[in-house]
Amino acid sequence: MSRIRDNYKTSPAGRFEAWYKDGYDPMDDCMDIHKPAEVSEENDVADVIAGLDLGDTVYDRTTNKALRISGHIYKILSVVLCVVMIGALIWMVQYLPPFGQPDNPVNNEVSERYIGSGIQETGAVNFVTGMILDYRAFDTFGESCVLFIATICVQILLRYDEAEKDPANVRRRQKAATDRIYEPKNDIILQKVSVILVPLLFIFGIYIILNGHLSPGGGFSGGAVIGAGLILYLCSFGYAKTERFFTVRTFRIISLAALITYCLAKSYSFYTGANHLESHIPLGTPGAILSSGLILVLNICVGSVVACTMYAFYTLFRKGDF
Amino acid sequence: MLDIEVLFTSHLEETVAMILFGIGFSLLLLNRNLIKKIMGLNIMDTAVYLFLTAKGYIYGRMVPILTDGITDPNAYTNPIPDGLVLTGIVVSVSVSALLLSLTIRLYDRYHTLDLDKIIMEWRKEEDA
Repeated sequence: MSRIRDNYKTSPAGRFEAWYKDGYDPMDDCMDIHKPAEVSEENDVADVIAGLDLGDTVYDRTTNKALRISGHIYKILSVVLCVVMIGALIWMVQYLPPFGQPDNPVNNEVSERYIGSGIQETGAVNFVTGMILDYRAFDTFGESCVLFIATICVQILLRYDEAEKDPANVRRRQKAATDRIYEPKNDIILQKVSVILVPLLFIFGIYIILNGHLSPGGGFSGGAVIGAGLILYLCSFGYAKTERFFTVRTFRIISLAALITYCLAKSYSFYTGANHLESHIPLGTPGAILSSGLILVLNICVGSVVACTMYAFYTLFRKGDF
Repeated sequence: MLDIEVLFTSHLEETVAMILFGIGFSLLLLNRNLIKKIMGLNIMDTAVYLFLTAKGYIYGRMVPILTDGITDPNAYTNPIPDGLVLTGIVVSVSVSALLLSLTIRLYDRYHTLDLDKIIMEWRKEEDA
């Protein structure tokens, strides 16, 4: 019989075994965890479940041998499945056309059309923006709607309902306790840094959105930058100051106005010439900021939807409310 | 037969994308923690983006932004995969947010992130 070494637990093999048995956390000793205050109520589901003695041993891995063996078999089978899948995919890769060659089947007449006549047809210097906001504008409209619907779903799942508006409610008190622990309290370094950074972030985001048809960027990246600026402001100054200019009402107005503008702007071309999707807005000089028809307006719409969504995700995950 | 030299010279990006996809899939299968499962899903997304962008690149060509008035299609890389990756990123952000909020609700109810334990408690509730 082999003997387990004294320092087995700290050796790589020991750590691998601990990870495999799901008991190892690399951040175990390096993190300082503040648990929120224990809140208990008679109707708390977890307490009810803990009270019911339904034979925990049936599901316990340490006592139920059959369950333990099936767990091992499951892990071995999933590793085998993953290795077989990677093998099959890599087998397929060697028959693909070589990387970066101009005569690959991907580079067909569609991209030639987008680049060759993009300037005359869309007026956008950035061909990618010309493609996603003119040729394939309905695709991008769908993306904006996906973001908006995701925000609504997260709101349905995480927002306080009427019962939880009561300050005595357990879940509300728990969330408030967690937020108080993790919220920075008037951190002077964070506040001074964000005084300098937040205006720059906003200006940079607006620049990226407005130059979407002239340079790399556009609504999605610029909106994400503005959303990051809003989140930084919220982190450093708290909800009381952010709610002076951004509440759930602002979110609704901005998102809906942007989506409706986008929808009308693209439906408009249906009425002006169904087959060509021709619009009568002049394209302007390529390279000027006021050019390329509706692309600038659509970029602004997409940017505001993305910025609102980023901020809404953050604040809903953190507090469950705006 | 598997040609290793081809895999690591002219198909390097695709090979790396496939391995990343496999790593994400194995995370999805092997971890019982819901947050780690979501991380695995995001790694799989990243692998798909890498594959798509690798398909659009062409050696020695410029990024698809008009430079010096050249409108020759043979001077720029393919813009279509870039647009597809943009769509993919937006959808993956939305899906991650939805999954994470569902995880928060599950944690609120069962006070654990372990999927086996959640299913166990759920079965107990069904039986009760």
